[in-house]
Amino acid sequence: MNPVFDWHALAPDIILAATVLLTLVASFVIPERDATLVSRIAAIGVLAALVPIVTLANDGSDRAMFDGAYAVDDYALALKAFFLVAAYVTILLSIDYIQEGDYYRGEFYFLLLASVLGMSVMASARDLITMFIALETISIPTFVLAAYRKHDRVSNEAGVKYYVIGVLSSALMLYGMSLIFGYAGSTLLSDISARITSEGAPPLLAVAVFLSLAGFAFKVSAVPFHFWAPDTYEGAPTPVTAFLSVSSKAGGFVALLNILFFGFYGVSGAGTDLWWPVVWVLAVASMSLGNLAALRQTNIVRMLAYSSVAQGGFMLVPFAAAGIAGAKGDFGQADTAFGAVVIYLLVYGAMNLGAFAVVIAAARRTRSAEISSFAGLFQTSPALAVLMTIFMASLAGVPPLAGWFAKFVMFQAAIEAGGAWGVTLAVVAGVNSVIAFFYYAGVMRQMWFKDPVAEDLREIEVPYALTGALAITAAVTLVVGVYPQLFARVGELAF
Amino acid sequence: MEWSEWALSLAVFLPGVGALIVMLIPRAEEQLIKWVALLTTLGTLGVVIGILADFDYDRSGELQFQVDNRWIDVINSRYHVAIDGISLPLLALSAFVTVLCVVYSWNHFPEPHNPKAFLALMLVLEVGMNGTFVAQDLILFFVFFEIVLLPMFFMIGVWGGPNREYASIKFFLFTLFGSAMMLLSFLALYFKVDVPGGNTFDMVALSDAAGAGLTQGTASLIFAGLFLGFAIKVPMFPFHTWLPDAHTEAPTVGSVLLAAILLKLGTYGFVRIALPMLPDAAEDWAPWIGLLAVIGIIYGALGCLAQTDMKRLIAFSSVAHMGFVMLGIATLTDFGINAAIFGMVAHGLITGMLFFLAGSVQHNFHTRELSRLGGLLVQAPKMGWILGFCAMASLGLPGLAGFWGEFPAILSAFSPAEGLPEETFRTYMVVAAVGTVFAAGYLLWMLQKVAFGTPKPEFEHAHIHDVNAFEWTAWVPMLVLILVLGIFPNLLFGVTDDAVTQIANVFGG
Repeated sequence: MNPVFDWHALAPDIILAATVLLTLVASFVIPERDATLVSRIAAIGVLAALVPIVTLANDGSDRAMFDGAYAVDDYALALKAFFLVAAYVTILLSIDYIQEGDYYRGEFYFLLLASVLGMSVMASARDLITMFIALETISIPTFVLAAYRKHDRVSNEAGVKYYVIGVLSSALMLYGMSLIFGYAGSTLLSDISARITSEGAPPLLAVAVFLSLAGFAFKVSAVPFHFWAPDTYEGAPTPVTAFLSVSSKAGGFVALLNILFFGFYGVSGAGTDLWWPVVWVLAVASMSLGNLAALRQTNIVRMLAYSSVAQGGFMLVPFAAAGIAGAKGDFGQADTAFGAVVIYLLVYGAMNLGAFAVVIAAARRTRSAEISSFAGLFQTSPALAVLMTIFMASLAGVPPLAGWFAKFVMFQAAIEAGGAWGVTLAVVAGVNSVIAFFYYAGVMRQMWFKDPVAEDLREIEVPYALTGALAITAAVTLVVGVYPQLFARVGELAF
Repeated sequence: MEWSEWALSLAVFLPGVGALIVMLIPRAEEQLIKWVALLTTLGTLGVVIGILADFDYDRSGELQFQVDNRWIDVINSRYHVAIDGISLPLLALSAFVTVLCVVYSWNHFPEPHNPKAFLALMLVLEVGMNGTFVAQDLILFFVFFEIVLLPMFFMIGVWGGPNREYASIKFFLFTLFGSAMMLLSFLALYFKVDVPGGNTFDMVALSDAAGAGLTQGTASLIFAGLFLGFAIKVPMFPFHTWLPDAHTEAPTVGSVLLAAILLKLGTYGFVRIALPMLPDAAEDWAPWIGLLAVIGIIYGALGCLAQTDMKRLIAFSSVAHMGFVMLGIATLTDFGINAAIFGMVAHGLITGMLFFLAGSVQHNFHTRELSRLGGLLVQAPKMGWILGFCAMASLGLPGLAGFWGEFPAILSAFSPAEGLPEETFRTYMVVAAVGTVFAAGYLLWMLQKVAFGTPKPEFEHAHIHDVNAFEWTAWVPMLVLILVLGIFPNLLFGVTDDAVTQIANVFGG
């Protein structure tokens, strides 16, 4: 039987893949002095890939290919769109950084987009093999990107650390997947789900699930698999750090969504007993330890690294909640939890990219990533200070900024799951969101309450590309915060 | 569209529009910024006066100016705003005090000056305050309740006193903790309460359901979350420790808004949300709330006597006064809750005035140390007399507004709602009555230290301004209201009574 190709459904990935190749070729052909052209090609390609997503969304029908291994439904489209927009913002963040730092430009965008292609595929992957390939496509280019400042030893260390951990987690995951295949006799998530429902779950499956969860936990830097993140984030070029902490992490979460909900949720929540305690522990540990470590940071990038660990913990809460509810036989709740994770990802992407955009803009003058270098920013560059305040407050979950809605749907999932475990989880998350405010407020305190220390009191000049990135992220953060209904379609996603 | 359909939304969001305009004006145009802020707050007050005029006082127990639009369908939350006799006075107080704060600030911007940011924050603050009093949907309430946090955080942190960083973060963390727990309780109400027509965040529907379908244990837990959220905001003993710090360090206007409006968000939450939605749990909790309230009364009063700083003393007196308010609420009777709402308004006016005075005293003497002050009546007689007037009002002198908040609250504890332990509440009554004696003690002591006697040698030849035109403009309306409400308390009781009776009826009181 020949596989059927639905060209319309594949169009976003095809355009993206073509752009990836085009940037690579362009970087050889175009002379170095015109190299901004490569970034333009990359940006235009990303935007072009959004076009078929819009037409597909309007069409509205769910499409599946290759025996169901590759699906293009509302969920996949929402995340593809997210990855593309995040990639666009990352390109905006990178243009001046790469140009002024005199790094190789062509390859940078090639590697960046190759990774985005992996993410886009991941959003559609409904099969263990496809997922594995997508995950490696996401990861391998980022190993190189993390070490992109190649004359800087810290950056090299970042790359190597990330590489070693990445390979280790892939190995764990692959081993887990092989055991799952042995049990289910198929790599299709739907087959696995059916098998769990009909046969129940033997202890061996628990080992398999645990191994593959550990692999994903590395990718999303959940405690205790997080220790690579701060060093890698600090060493990597800042735009790459932004990309790692948002897109790459989201890629890991999408993989988790796929495998846990499409694979191990069973047809009726039958498999959830296997994994919810693990996810519960990961969530609580990530929130609490990520926050406590973030409290002690003096470097803003390390602080954001630990904050992203904690935010990852918040994102794990709905998974655990769905599992708790599923184990009780309350399957309807999985939809709420599923939507909650997706909403959290989208909101987190906007606010975290925005925060990094301000960090990059401010570092153009201060040449420092210390939190104390933000002192007096409100007096020297009020606009940047207000924007950073918006992003920090949103990350802390203060209404009416988008972060509150993300936190809200997360709490909602936990409370709806109910029971002692669900309520405890919600309370832990609540206490943690208060602790988190403390370090986000630390940045605000520097900007607003302190006097500037630098002699240079002129307003920081923000280049066009960065201004664009700030405008996009701030607009999403504000508008979604006031009118979250915009994400309604995402919140109503069912799997 | 009808006026009644957009009046409330206008009253809430007009300050937000003003804040946006202020942000767009270049920083150097200070006069323009001040005028925009003043006109916005005046416009908002105008809208609120329009609402006052149009409000049907014969039906003050019902929700009026109701608007119920779609907002966030995904989570079943609606843009539902309306007011009744309980919200109306508080909304009016909020719009009223904000105008006076802008007037007072006119030439009084604390260091580091920057009127643009200061006024923008004040306007955003007003959005949150007005919004909280009109919201009829739990999520909408939560959002407005939280909007006030950041502006106040920055007001204290940027324009505050020497210890401002500590005070601002403490204020924020305390309240954020409370509201996180409150949000969890809101969610539990949504999922657990049996409401005809399905799960809802609608406050009216949830009040009608009155906690149907909850076991006693669950209801009690949910109430605990609400209690944390509101009690920290009030603040009740033992959650009050953020208050003296925040008040002392905040700039004058920040203290006034904090005392006059922000604290009321907590007590209002009890009356509007905690009591009607979980009446059974409220009955279980009421004796304990009453206990904490009277501890607050005594503790606040003793705290006052131990202070050496005028502003800190007034802050502790707030703890005591809010204790009376909470005692009134804890009785679960219409008498007590009416008194509590009167107490909220009276405390807003009187303590707001006292903070204004403390600000002006500091402006003149550059200190608030009671041991260094003295002889205000000699150097600035008008200010001294006003301080005396406010101290009398605050200690509950009959004929002034403070009396009608305090005395009925004490009296209501004599016969609490059915099912509550009568003897316990009568004991509270006695303790609270002793508290009023303390109140007279510390207020007169403060008055004596600040206003009586002769000026200390260090200020003997200092040039002390008496009340200036801006201060007169800001203060006279408040002083008049203190007097008018003291003489005609029914102006307020008449408005609140119907709505309060509805809440109290649930408790058979």
